[in-house]
Amino acid sequence: MQHGKYRFIVGFLALPLGLYALFVVWPFIQSIYYSFTDWTGLSPEFKMVGFDNYTRMLHDDIFWKSLEHSLLFALVLPLVTISLALFFAFMINVGGRRRRGGPVISGVRGSSFYKIVYFFPQVLSIAIVALLFQFAYNPDSGAVNSILRGIGLDSVQPLWLGDPNLALWCVMAVLVWSTVGFFVVLFSAGMASIPAELYEAALLDGASRATTFFRVTLPLLWDTVQSGWVYMGILALGAESFAVVQIMTTGPGGPDYSTTVLVLYVYQKAFRDGQAAYATTIGVALLVVTLAFAAIVMRLGRRERLEY
Amino acid sequence: MGSTSNNSAEGVGRRDLIKRSAALGLVAAPGMGLLSACASSGGGGQKKDKAGKKTAKNPLGVNDTAKMEFVLFDGGFGKEYAEDAVKIYEGNFPKATVKFSATQKIQSTLQPRFNQGNPPDLIDNSGAEQMDMGVLVGKNQLADLTPLLDAPSYDDPGKKVRDTLRPGIVEMGQFDGAPVWILYYAYTVYGVWYSQKALDSLDAEYPKTWDEMLAVCEKAKKKGMAGWTYAGKYPYYLPFSLYPMIGKVGGREVLDAIDNLEPNAWKHPAVKACFEAYYELYQKGYILKGTPGLDHIQSQTAWAKGEALFIPNGSWVENESANVIPKDFDLAVSAPSGIDGSDKMPFGTIWASGGEPFVVPAKAANPEGGMEQLRIMLSEASSKNFTAKVKSLTAYNGGTTGITLTPGLKSGVAALQLAGSNVVNPRLQDWYVQLQKEKIGVSGLGEMMAGRLTPAEAVKKIQGFADEAAKDNTIKHYKHQ
Repeated sequence: MQHGKYRFIVGFLALPLGLYALFVVWPFIQSIYYSFTDWTGLSPEFKMVGFDNYTRMLHDDIFWKSLEHSLLFALVLPLVTISLALFFAFMINVGGRRRRGGPVISGVRGSSFYKIVYFFPQVLSIAIVALLFQFAYNPDSGAVNSILRGIGLDSVQPLWLGDPNLALWCVMAVLVWSTVGFFVVLFSAGMASIPAELYEAALLDGASRATTFFRVTLPLLWDTVQSGWVYMGILALGAESFAVVQIMTTGPGGPDYSTTVLVLYVYQKAFRDGQAAYATTIGVALLVVTLAFAAIVMRLGRRERLEY
Repeated sequence: MGSTSNNSAEGVGRRDLIKRSAALGLVAAPGMGLLSACASSGGGGQKKDKAGKKTAKNPLGVNDTAKMEFVLFDGGFGKEYAEDAVKIYEGNFPKATVKFSATQKIQSTLQPRFNQGNPPDLIDNSGAEQMDMGVLVGKNQLADLTPLLDAPSYDDPGKKVRDTLRPGIVEMGQFDGAPVWILYYAYTVYGVWYSQKALDSLDAEYPKTWDEMLAVCEKAKKKGMAGWTYAGKYPYYLPFSLYPMIGKVGGREVLDAIDNLEPNAWKHPAVKACFEAYYELYQKGYILKGTPGLDHIQSQTAWAKGEALFIPNGSWVENESANVIPKDFDLAVSAPSGIDGSDKMPFGTIWASGGEPFVVPAKAANPEGGMEQLRIMLSEASSKNFTAKVKSLTAYNGGTTGITLTPGLKSGVAALQLAGSNVVNPRLQDWYVQLQKEKIGVSGLGEMMAGRLTPAEAVKKIQGFADEAAKDNTIKHYKHQ
């Protein structure tokens, strides 16, 4: 039966590979091709211009600002989201006090309720979340400043999205809020499959909660964390950051370009300024950044696999 | 024992990397990919319909059996006015079929069709997804509307269409001289909007000089009302009152020099004086607290609730804020206050210009039909219908007699009368969209009015932006004729 094996495999792979080539690889190649033209997106006529778009990009202040913000998104968001999610997941699954008659390893009181609460934002569309927070950040009548006033902090009334020093952080906070629940559930699932004996042994040896976390939980969860990290980074570079920035910090990307990101810039150049070729050029830059990000995370995260 | 990890040594890592990269492709590429699909589908173009015979009743020579397609931007003015005009077209050409559609997504709907060379015959290219006019003109995608302007008007065969339009409309539709590419159908009055009732309650009149303005604001402040608010997230609303003020203080040439991107245009003393005047509003605390964080709807709502006295805006505000403006608000608009008696132009100098740009694509199958539809819309009856329905004037000069005008509209008409020939029309916002909105608006004026730039710094920054735009050869440059 060996001789038919490859034909068999090829037969199965041909269709998905074909679809992949048609809908993923081919658009990439086309995009790269269009980045060397002066295509406007509004007329079928264009001509080759060589590296003009790339030279222009390197001298474009807004491109560099967008890149800076995108990188900040890709670094800070996964760090904050995943740290928070790990902490919450640990508390929900492992961090509880030992209760008489209960299982040896358990979460804090009410942990199943918390799990649902954390996951709740995940069911809302990112567009709705962004809109809700846009209202909350309204400096005049929004929830955030109202709470500040309510607790007597009348003098502290920041402009939030209207302040170039705060706007980017406000946007990031919303993304953290809306994605942390997904990772709590993901990590909870991972922790659930870590054998309870390991925790019992650690407890018997008198390990504190922190030690348990860093010596037992985290190493055994490492693969999940790493995947989550890449996943979050790509979200932060791509779709999610576009949605929140576009919806919340309308204007062109925050006051004084303080929140503009690469995806938003691609969109604006292609669909507002009629410069589709330049947009594809920025898109190519985004592709490079994202691939580099994934590669770096994979590289740095490589460690010996633990067997248990 | 259970295991969360994969058994192969590098399994998850490598494979995940590939999977994620694929996912990334789906995240980052679709826009580019889809765009590419449009371009590569080629520019075959569609067949032109044969023109019909020119007669007195059909001066443009519309083929009365040809299909006519009309795509309208479905925005603040709705679509009813256009539907009414389409009915007239259908009545005049019973054998023709008209395909009418209204959308908010002008660019996403029409961009592929321009790329394929089969655009509709008439487009209201407006709204947030407006297609860049400079690009359309530059790539020869628009038809010259001169035949329409030279055709007899719908109501009076002795008068050309161009002679029935408000001043400035024809010029606005031109890019670099002669041919007319765009016909702006609505006519917008920009300025300082306020509640006459609120002003009366302060025992004040609309201030004509800046000292008077500061005095009114001080009065309002004592009553717990802010003097001004504006769309803080879209500070490019500020120019609606600031630019005509610059024109009033320094004369039209200052605004023209700014539009022409002349070196040091922004360093004119009139610009600085007006910037300083506005900055004073911030310094003296006359701006509604939190304004830089508000968008246009939020600021308009705060203003309608009486939290602030003045707001720079355009005449669409009456329709847009209709549900938040109280019944006894007594909406009014005024030309901007000046600095003092030494201003170059008189009080009343106002910014008014066309809105709702209609275009006929060069590659349309039935361009005569598209133009005829516009000719119908520019009749007195259609114009009146528009004004009555959406509380805005049209490009048709007149057409307000016999209909009850809403307070804002009435005040707009009065402001135009007071202005007479002193109507200015700064073009930055339709010539250089990004420069006007993002750079001058958000990064310049917005930052200054939030107190993060001094007027001198703002002038310098904005001049830098203008110089950059003047040097940028990827955008088309224009000059006042």
